Amino acid sequence: MKLLYFAWLRGKIGKSSEELTPPAFVRNVGDLLDWLEAQGPAYKAALADRRAVKVAVNQDYAAPDHPVKPGDEIALFPPVTGG
Amino acid sequence: MIRVQAEDFDVGAELARLTTGRTDVGGVASFVGVVRASSAAGDLQAMTLEHYPGMTEKRLAEIEAEALSRWSLTGSVIIHRYGRLLPGERIVLVATASSHRQAALESCQFLIDWLKTRAPFWKLEETAAGGQWVEARESDDHAAERWRKP
Repeated sequence: MKLLYFAWLRGKIGKSSEELTPPAFVRNVGDLLDWLEAQGPAYKAALADRRAVKVAVNQDYAAPDHPVKPGDEIALFPPVTGG
Repeated sequence: MIRVQAEDFDVGAELARLTTGRTDVGGVASFVGVVRASSAAGDLQAMTLEHYPGMTEKRLAEIEAEALSRWSLTGSVIIHRYGRLLPGERIVLVATASSHRQAALESCQFLIDWLKTRAPFWKLEETAAGGQWVEARESDDHAAERWRKP
């Protein structure tokens, strides 16, 4: 699946996007964040405050129980501040 | 109509477009967001707006469709810029036209309130101390919340 990072999440993780293949037990957004957090100190730092991390699956906002599957575009970003 | 662009926009031309060639419009309401020089972080040198190409347009279209379903409007426009902007530069234009002023005024406020909490844009403020991402404000959540349907 394709992961996209925006704003300070991009800064902390150190890249704006990457292709990842999580293990089979990663079935939803919550699982994915748990797994990502274990992928290194940069991910751990970026995901430390889960309330500050919003997730979109295929460009729609998604709650922790939203399913994820291969081929999805999954974006992680802080609460939005436009306007 | 939705536009997400780096370039500036002509407010007069955009508002004129909402009334050109029609006689059913009774009023046009608009909001123009501008980069303010003073921020919580200090004197602002610039502000960079980041967005999520694709999702940003989808969410703006959804917000506009919601306004069109709630109010009787003859037209609407949302233009939001991205990239590095200097103090005094325009960031966003929201405008609505209707046969009656109340629908135009209310829907205009609705659009900017929902845009602020739903459209994926992020502001990076540049001051003498460096760059700092703007944090979401609870007051913006409250402003958006009052438009929630019971």
